[in-house]
Amino acid sequence: MLHTVVALVEDRPGVLNRVASLFRRRGFNIESLAVGTTHEDGISRMTIIVDGHEGIVDQVEKQLIKLVDVIKVEDLTHAEAVNRELALIKVRCTAENRREVLEIASVFRAQAVDLSPESVILQAVAQRDRVNGLLDNLRSYGVMELMRTGRVSMRRGTQVTAYGDQNGESEEMHRFHHESGRLPEGELPFASD
Amino acid sequence: MTTTQRPPARDEQQARPSAPPPAQGRRLSGADIVLECLTYAGATTVFGYPGGVVLPLYDRLPAHPQVRHILVRHEQGGGHAADAYARATGELGVALATSGPGATNLVTAVQNAMMDSVPVLFLTGNVARNLIGRDGFQEADATGILMPAVKHNYLVMRAQDLAPTFAEAIYLATTGRPGPVHIDIPKDVFLEEAEFHWPERVHVRGYQVPGAASEEEIRAAAERIDAAERPIILAGHGIVISRSSEELQAFAERAGIPVLTTLLGLGGLDQRHALSYGMMGMHGSYHANMAASNADLIIGLGMRMDDRALGRFADLNPAATVIHVDIDPAEHNKNIDTAVPITGDVKEVLPQLTAAVKRASHPEWVRWIDDLARAHADSLAVPEGPELTVQYVVQQIARAHAHDDDAVIVTGVGQHQMWVAQHMSISRPRQLITSGGLGTMGFEVPAALGAQVARPDASVWSICGDGGFQMTFQEIATMVDEQTPVKLAIMNNGYLGMVRQWQELFYKDNYVAVSMSQPDFMKIAEAYGIKGIRVEEPGQVDAAIRDADAHPGPVLLDFRVTADDNVWPMVPAGAALSETVESADEVV
Ligand SMILES: Cc1ncc(C[n+]2csc(CCOP(=O)(O)OP(=O)(O)O)c2C)c(N)n1
Ligand SMILES: [Mg+2]
Repeated sequence: MLHTVVALVEDRPGVLNRVASLFRRRGFNIESLAVGTTHEDGISRMTIIVDGHEGIVDQVEKQLIKLVDVIKVEDLTHAEAVNRELALIKVRCTAENRREVLEIASVFRAQAVDLSPESVILQAVAQRDRVNGLLDNLRSYGVMELMRTGRVSMRRGTQVTAYGDQNGESEEMHRFHHESGRLPEGELPFASD
Repeated sequence: MTTTQRPPARDEQQARPSAPPPAQGRRLSGADIVLECLTYAGATTVFGYPGGVVLPLYDRLPAHPQVRHILVRHEQGGGHAADAYARATGELGVALATSGPGATNLVTAVQNAMMDSVPVLFLTGNVARNLIGRDGFQEADATGILMPAVKHNYLVMRAQDLAPTFAEAIYLATTGRPGPVHIDIPKDVFLEEAEFHWPERVHVRGYQVPGAASEEEIRAAAERIDAAERPIILAGHGIVISRSSEELQAFAERAGIPVLTTLLGLGGLDQRHALSYGMMGMHGSYHANMAASNADLIIGLGMRMDDRALGRFADLNPAATVIHVDIDPAEHNKNIDTAVPITGDVKEVLPQLTAAVKRASHPEWVRWIDDLARAHADSLAVPEGPELTVQYVVQQIARAHAHDDDAVIVTGVGQHQMWVAQHMSISRPRQLITSGGLGTMGFEVPAALGAQVARPDASVWSICGDGGFQMTFQEIATMVDEQTPVKLAIMNNGYLGMVRQWQELFYKDNYVAVSMSQPDFMKIAEAYGIKGIRVEEPGQVDAAIRDADAHPGPVLLDFRVTADDNVWPMVPAGAALSETVESADEVV
């Protein structure tokens, strides 16, 4: 079964490495992983789709939160949530069958975002199933290229998945946590001896 | 996942033990900042090995005479020594290595500390910042290589970040479930100047240190404990780490529950205590394994439900209810289905439990275990006879130090390690220093060095495998330099004994790559200029131990023990604890 796990992580070097390494090492199966910034300064958000039974997902959550750079973990699998992924699909089609392809796209509420004499790029922002349905219908035309971002998830209503600590970090700690570990800007003196 | 209301866990701590550091606010080089940090944190013993990129740090060592640098002979040895230093004292150990090969030589020691939750600060130099990622001379991605083997790690790119990094790293290494933390420092960061500023508080928002349990959790546990007819306690390393022996004893006595320990839990409860039933697990005693298999309630305390301790998980004891107290919630339900998982520090949770449970005793259950222990004493007996056995040597070393409250026993990994666990009568926390989770051969010599440096007045005996000894014995040179009077007792069976045992029992006597030719260990002693004693028969053992103890310097003892003895009892690999066997005839 697929589970939707959301992790709020410190935006610092190596955090993606730590999370990926954890999944590899413990043999957890990642179906998709999407990372981006949040409204909270210094915090990134990962939506991780994990394949496995309940016990595995329990371990995934606990091992994730054990990472020092992971601030919060929530399982949105059974939550009332908006789940979306973005897919870009380049389909082979010519003037003759373009109309058919666009009709299929509109049934699945996908948009054409690029046209050429022999291809069209469709953009779908949808739940996984709808993207799958769209793809099934496009296969016979020839899918030339496909790119899916993986799911992102957000709870419906006022409940949020956020760190939400008003006090936040002291300025000093914030600077330390989010600026340290990065190569300083500008030329460094050459020092190879 | 259910969550209950629990007392808030700590996610920050006052980072200043007392007054601010004397150098606070001064402009210093990165190297000086590192040494000021170690000094302020009280971590002033460093097991290290120099190299190009850490030279700026070494250059400043003489200016900080309070920092004691011990030059080891291999970085792995430095890592194990720092690890044993931490195990012997409960305080942070520090190991230092150069970039590239220095850092990669640390890997075994880092993972060893990780598996056994030992607070060690591993410091490595790296190539200068502008060379990082360019495959410069002696560049290795130490941060990446060590990432899965540490509790946390850092690559410090600015001298101004050194002090907060050290404050945070030390906080992480020593709190909660302790563990190794690694700091990687490019060469030019040691040279860069910055204002030394040790932060007032450390605040890590993704890290919490659990303390006490919630009332609900305690109630749920107490109900089951009060209702149990055949309860058993499995005490692990957490009891030792958290200095909770007294709390464990009080709880066991109040609820009348027999106590088994894991390998690393040995010493958590005095073995002479009436409720102490020794070690369980692959080479645990027969009665201990049967007690764990037949209990109706299993209470795991500060242990991680490891396969060497519990055997085949599915068949440990499916009928039993499990209560599991551990500071690391990720250990709950990882290997064993648990009815009452409690996230907390045993030091705080045990008194809560003691106060919540009814005073009880379980005479029938205890008698059942006692009867088993009597009936199966033979498989644990020290063999008598003309031959020199490891069991006998261990027993005699234990007897010679029976009244020595400070003796520290270090081991390697293999048969001799298990015989030490069985026959050394480990009765105090931190008395036994052994590599449990990783099972690292070669731990025995450098760990003995670290333990003796940490406890200069203690009698430190390292029971070495002849195989493991040869992996790291170059640290004898360090012992000579540091004048650490360690006693290195090689159990010379001419074999990788534990592997030989497996080949005998599970590979039909097909002995492959387990018989070893040995150097003349007395000549090794001579070469290093230390005392050597060879022991060939049981009659010579006591005198040899006396001589070694009386000698003020390091001693190498070559015990010529029987070659083909097996460790019993044994839970065959992949078997359940209830399938413990006591002789080769029982192995199918
Ligand atoms: C570094 C390392 N390599 C290999 C092993 C696998 N191993 C476990 S026990 C053992 C034999 C140990 O031989 P020795 O040190 O002579 O001790 P003995 O079993 O003979 O007492 C081996 C090879 C290990 N634990 N550690
Ligand atoms: Mg051997």
